[in-house]
Amino acid sequence: MIAQFGYGVLVISLATAFYAVGAAVYGYFKKSQRWVESARYAMLLSFPLITISALTLIYLIANNHFELDFVFAVTSRSMPTYLKMTALWGGQAGSLVFWSWLMSAFASAVMLRKWDRDREFMPWVIVVASVTLAFFIGLVVFYENPFARYWQTFDGTVITAMFQPSGAVPFIPADGRGLNPLLRHPGMIIHPPMLYLGFVSFVIPFSFAIASLVTGRTDDRWIRITRRWTLVAWLFLSMGLVLGSRWAYDVLGWGGFWGWDPVEIAAFMPWLTGTAFVHSVMIQEKRGMFKHWNTLLIILTYSLVIFGTFLTRSGVLSSVHAFAQSAIGPAFFIFIGATFIASAGLLIYRWNDLKSESELKSVFSREAFFLLNNLFFMSILVVCFWGVIFPLISELFTGQKVTVGPPFYQRATAPLFAALIFLMGIAPLSAWGHSTWKTLGRAMWKPAIAAVVAEVIILALGLRNPYALIGFFIIILTLFITLYEIWRAIRARGKATGENFLLSSWRLVGRNRRRYGGYIIHISMVLMAIGILGIGLFQTETQGTIAQGESLKLDGYTITYKDLAVFDTADARNVARAVVVVSKGGKVLAELHPRRDFFYESQQPMTIPGVRSTIEDDLYIILVDWQPILSSGATFKVYHNPLVNWLWTGSLLFIFGALVAVWPDKDPEYESARERARIAQQPAAAD
Amino acid sequence: MTMKRLIWITPIILVFAALWVGIAFAQDPTPSDDDVNRIAKQLFCPVCENTPLDVCPTQACAQWRALIRDKLAAGWTDEQIKQYFVDQYGARVLSEPPRTGLNWLVYIVPPVLFVLGVIILARTFHSPKESKGGDSPNLTPAPVAGTPAQPASESDDYVARLEEELKKRN
Repeated sequence: MIAQFGYGVLVISLATAFYAVGAAVYGYFKKSQRWVESARYAMLLSFPLITISALTLIYLIANNHFELDFVFAVTSRSMPTYLKMTALWGGQAGSLVFWSWLMSAFASAVMLRKWDRDREFMPWVIVVASVTLAFFIGLVVFYENPFARYWQTFDGTVITAMFQPSGAVPFIPADGRGLNPLLRHPGMIIHPPMLYLGFVSFVIPFSFAIASLVTGRTDDRWIRITRRWTLVAWLFLSMGLVLGSRWAYDVLGWGGFWGWDPVEIAAFMPWLTGTAFVHSVMIQEKRGMFKHWNTLLIILTYSLVIFGTFLTRSGVLSSVHAFAQSAIGPAFFIFIGATFIASAGLLIYRWNDLKSESELKSVFSREAFFLLNNLFFMSILVVCFWGVIFPLISELFTGQKVTVGPPFYQRATAPLFAALIFLMGIAPLSAWGHSTWKTLGRAMWKPAIAAVVAEVIILALGLRNPYALIGFFIIILTLFITLYEIWRAIRARGKATGENFLLSSWRLVGRNRRRYGGYIIHISMVLMAIGILGIGLFQTETQGTIAQGESLKLDGYTITYKDLAVFDTADARNVARAVVVVSKGGKVLAELHPRRDFFYESQQPMTIPGVRSTIEDDLYIILVDWQPILSSGATFKVYHNPLVNWLWTGSLLFIFGALVAVWPDKDPEYESARERARIAQQPAAAD
Repeated sequence: MTMKRLIWITPIILVFAALWVGIAFAQDPTPSDDDVNRIAKQLFCPVCENTPLDVCPTQACAQWRALIRDKLAAGWTDEQIKQYFVDQYGARVLSEPPRTGLNWLVYIVPPVLFVLGVIILARTFHSPKESKGGDSPNLTPAPVAGTPAQPASESDDYVARLEEELKKRN
C-alpha cells in the first residue's frame, strides 16, 4: 500500500511536469502571463511531490520492506540506519529518484527568484527544467521503478511487478542483500549527492541559455543571471570528483585515486566543458565576444551531464550488447540526441544575432588566453570522449574488444594539463582587449627568476626525472606568479589606504571576490597538481609474503608484520586484521592495521588499507592474503605515494576559493557596474 | 699479457659471463611478487571491466597472476607472456589498443582534432578585420612602441559603442 502511494505520487509529479511544459509553451505563444504563472506553480509543486515520493522510499528502506526489489538489493537488517538512508542512491532506481528530487529542488529555487527584469525567460526555463525532470521521472515510472514488488506465481517463480499479477501472492524475503560493501564509506555517502548536485545545477544555466535563444534576447543577461548558479554547479561537481577520488583511494585498495575508468571519465567530462564555460563566459561579459561558443559550451555541458548520469549508473560501456539490452540505454540515447539537436538547431537559428561585439586584436589579451584555455580543455575532452567510446566503436565494426587504459590518457592529457597550468599563471596578468609581451614580462620576471632558483635547488637536491623537472617548474612558476600578483595588490592597497597587511588583504578580497576567489582556486589547483605529479611519477610499490616478525622494505621504510586476527563482527562481517609496524632508520613511526572485511550477506570482500599519511608522503599497506592457521605468513602490498596529501589539501583550499567566488554580493548589479568602471579606468590588471 | 692474447680472451670471458648471467636468471626458481606485478600491471583482467590484473581481487585473477609466475619461472620474457595473454583472451587484456588496423583511429583522431582547433584559433586571430597595433585607449595598458597609432575614427567608434553598452547594462 505504501509502495503504491509512493509510486502514485511519482506518476502525479510526472503529469505535473508535462503540464508545466504545456502551460509554459501555451502561455508564451498566447502571451498569457496567467498560463506562465500556472506553469510556474506546477514547477514549484514538483518539489513537494517528489519529496513525498522519496521520503516514502526512504521509509520503506528504513523499515526493511524487502518485498520491494530495490529495498532487497540495497539494504539488509544488519545495516545501521544512517547507511540505510544513503542506500537511496546506492542503486540505479533509487538514484534516479534522488536525481529527480534534486532537479525539482533546483528548479523550484529558480522559480522563487526575483524575475522582474527577465520575465520573458521564465516560460522557457520552465520548459527546459520540466522536460529534463519529466525524462528522469519517466525513467523511474516506466523503466526503473524502485517501488516494484516481488510476487510468487503458482509454479513458485518469483517475479517483480508494480501491481499484483493475477493469481500471484506477495513474496517477502526474510532479509535483504545489503548495500555493496564498497559503497559503505563516508566518501561514497557524500560523493554521489555532490556529483548529482553539480550535474543538476548545470541544468539551470543551460535552461537560461535556451530561453535566451528562443526569446531572441541574446545579450549577456542570461550569463549574468546564471553566473552564481554556474559557479555553484562547478563547485559541487568538483567536490563530487574529489570525494570520488578520495573514496577510490581509501576503499578500492589499488594505491591510487584515479584510474581513468570510463565511469570516472563520464563524471569528468562535464567538468571539463563546465570549467571552460566558467572561464569563457567572462569574455562575453567583458567584451561581448564568443557568444556562439559559450552557448555551445553550455549545450555540451548539459548533454555530458545527462551522458554522465547515464554512464555512472548503467555500466553500458562494458559492451555494445549491454547497451542494447539495457532498458534505459536507448531512452537515454534518444533523449541526449534529441535535446542536443534541438539546442544546436536553436543556436544555428539565432546565429546571426550572436555576432561578436568586438574583435580579437591581440594574442596576449585576456580573451586570447581564455580561448587557448578553452582549446586545451576541449582537447582533453576529445581525448576522454574518444577513449571512452572507442572500445564500443571497435567492437561494433570489427567485433574486437579493446581496452583504452591509463597509459593512453596519461600520455595524451599530461602536456595539455601542463599547458593549462602555465596559462593559469600568465592569463590573469594580461588585460582585456590588449596586452603585449612587455606588459606580461614586467609582471612575470621576478616570479620567473624565483622559479628558476627553486628549480636549481630541486636539481641540486637530486631530482633528475625530466618530466618531473618540467612539471615542477611550470607549477612553481604559476604558484609564484599568482602569489606575487596577490601580494602586489595587497601592498598597493595598503600603501593607498594605510591599512595593515591583514586588513588590506581582507578588504581587497572582499571587494573583488570573484577575482581573488579565482586566484585561490588557481593556487589550490597548483597544490593538487603537486600531489598528482608526486604520486604519478614517483609512486613505488612492493609485494611480498612474510612470516610474523619479518619485514618488507620500500624506499627506506621497513614494514614489519607483527600479528593477525580473524574474527566475526555483529554486523555480519568476517574481518582479517593485521598489525604491522612502520619504521625508518630504526625509529618506529606508526602501527598500521590493514584489513580485509568479508561481508556475508553480499558475499563480497573489501580491502581497507592501513595508511600512514604525512605532508611528505603516504605509506599505503594492503593485506593481500594470509594463512588462516597459526597465521604463519601474510602477503602485503605496500605503496609509497609521495606528495599525495597535497592533492587533498589543495581540494580543501579549492572549496574555500570557490566559496569566496560565489559568496553573494550586497548588490550584484552595483558591484558588476563598479567592476566594469574599474576595468575601463584601470586597463591592465598587471599594472 | 700481450695485446694479442687480450683480444682473444676478452670476448671469450664476455660470452661466458653472458651465459652465466642468462642461466642464473633462467634458473631463478620463484620469481618475486614484484616481478609478477611488473607484468600484471601492464595487463587488464580478461573478464572484469577495466581492472588492471595486478590489483584485481578475484580468484580468477589470482590464478592468472600465478600463471605469470609459472611462465616467468619457465624463462619466458615479459613480451612473450603479454603476447600469450593476447593470444588467449584477445587484445582487451592490453592497456591500450594494439597499433593495427582500425585501432589507429584511437591514436590519430585526438591529435587531428587538436590541430583543427589550433587552425580555427589561428584563423580567429588572423581574421581580415584584424588591425595591427593597439586597441581603444580605454583598454590599452600602455602604448606599444613602434606600432602605428590607431585611426581616430575607428577608436571613437569603439568608445561610443562601449559607452552605449555600459549605459545599457547599468
